[in-house]
Amino acid sequence: MDNTTSDILMLSFGAMGILLALTMFGEVLQAQRNPSNPSPVLETFMTRVKSWWGMTILISLALLSGRFGVVVLFLFASFAALREFLTLTAKVRADHYSLALAFFAVLPLQYFFVWCGWDGLYSVFIPVYAFLLLPIVSALRGNANRYLIRVAETQWALMMTVFCVSHVPALLNIDIAGYGERSVLLIAFLVIVVQLGDLLEYFFGRRIGKTRIAPGLSPKTWEGMACGVVCAMGIGGLLAWITPFGIFGAIAMAGVTSLVGMFGNIVFAAIKRDRGVKDWSHLIPGQGGFVDQLDSVIFAAPIFYHLTRFFWRV
Amino acid sequence: MKIIRRLAAKIVGQAIRLFASFITALRADWQGIEPVPRQRVYFANHTSNGDMPMIWSVLPPALRRTVRPVAAADYWLKNPIRAFVGPEVFNCVLVDRRPEVKDKPMDKIIAALDEGSSLIIFPEGNRNMGDEPLLPFKAGLYNMGLARPDVDLVPTWIANLNSIMPKGEVIPLPLICTVTFGAPIHVREGESKDAFLSRASEALASLRPVEREAN
Repeated sequence: MDNTTSDILMLSFGAMGILLALTMFGEVLQAQRNPSNPSPVLETFMTRVKSWWGMTILISLALLSGRFGVVVLFLFASFAALREFLTLTAKVRADHYSLALAFFAVLPLQYFFVWCGWDGLYSVFIPVYAFLLLPIVSALRGNANRYLIRVAETQWALMMTVFCVSHVPALLNIDIAGYGERSVLLIAFLVIVVQLGDLLEYFFGRRIGKTRIAPGLSPKTWEGMACGVVCAMGIGGLLAWITPFGIFGAIAMAGVTSLVGMFGNIVFAAIKRDRGVKDWSHLIPGQGGFVDQLDSVIFAAPIFYHLTRFFWRV
Repeated sequence: MKIIRRLAAKIVGQAIRLFASFITALRADWQGIEPVPRQRVYFANHTSNGDMPMIWSVLPPALRRTVRPVAAADYWLKNPIRAFVGPEVFNCVLVDRRPEVKDKPMDKIIAALDEGSSLIIFPEGNRNMGDEPLLPFKAGLYNMGLARPDVDLVPTWIANLNSIMPKGEVIPLPLICTVTFGAPIHVREGESKDAFLSRASEALASLRPVEREAN
């Protein structure tokens, strides 16, 4: 067993240890409550823990299997997220071909380019080629009704759920001196920091949160967010050994990605509010959809990718 | 030979069900009824050829085994593949809509109900291509409710199929499809055909998720 594999296993078991503790903590609280008076906060907490179990196991297996597993996992996550997003966007019959192309050509090609490591192509494929070509396909069908809204929302869906999400597996393509095969650990770092930051933000927001960041839109508070980001930075520092960033670099990277991710969550709350839905779908029981799970990672991944590339690439 | 055909029908049925779930993340929303075996007529909105397979796929296995979609014979007997899928996979009650035939559709439908089957019907008669949520209902639903008053008539709304698989398109779009089952209705004593049909139409339309107009 090489170093990278044993590190992934260690992180997985560490995460499962935390989940086990959280599960037991929740079960004890639940057992103490009167069953006729369930607490919605506790219920939400327990369903979240359950879906984290699933996520942890899936991501661990993907990381262990290497490049192919990681690309395939995020390809399917993108597919599910794009499906949720386009279910809620404006579209008419004339968009049928361009939407079919988005699902069956743009999405697989983007992940194929990531798999091949062609960073010059996957960085511009959706922002340039899909951006220009799909509106042509829609326009050729000759329906101008709400045209700009339709093409703009389709492009937004692709940017968010395909382009941004594909930056998670794309982390494998960054060449870092003396890091080599260990780049798979960058994915672990990103996911752990963002998800734990979110969890702690939620926890502290419930406890001490007072000032809403975006009242009427999201329950997030400045106090909760500050605590969440500080905790994420601490976790980033503790995880510095799996990164090429050094201890201060890891703390800074953790702070930035976690902060961006939390604001991303607010952006998605705005979209949901605009469309009058509570969750993106019902695919993850008691939890909502894939986009609900991915929202902070969607925002954090491209920023994390480009900062890493900018400061640490050979 | 018969066993092989039945096995093939089972396999094709499972393949259709898996494909529908994979493409549309198909989900049932049991608002007005429970998914329990009771004799029912599911009456649904009709915008796409995919409608019937969607309802069929979303039903739990025990209910799917006893349900028979009512479908047009001219469509399902057009070629050998359809003639296998319609009657043998979906177990359709095939009705001939031409007025000159002796074999009246309602007789076949009542016979299927008397065998204990549940039914899937599309009371609009044709696929709805317009902007209105529903076309006016045909009399069939009323006649069924009158002839067999114990059977639950369940309004069933299929969301999004007009975007997933519009008429004339070949490639289905993977968008989320939810099938909503409402509270059952029955023909009231002395209720006229028109009053009942408009009540049924309202019951179905009320299940439609609020579609937000982008502006």
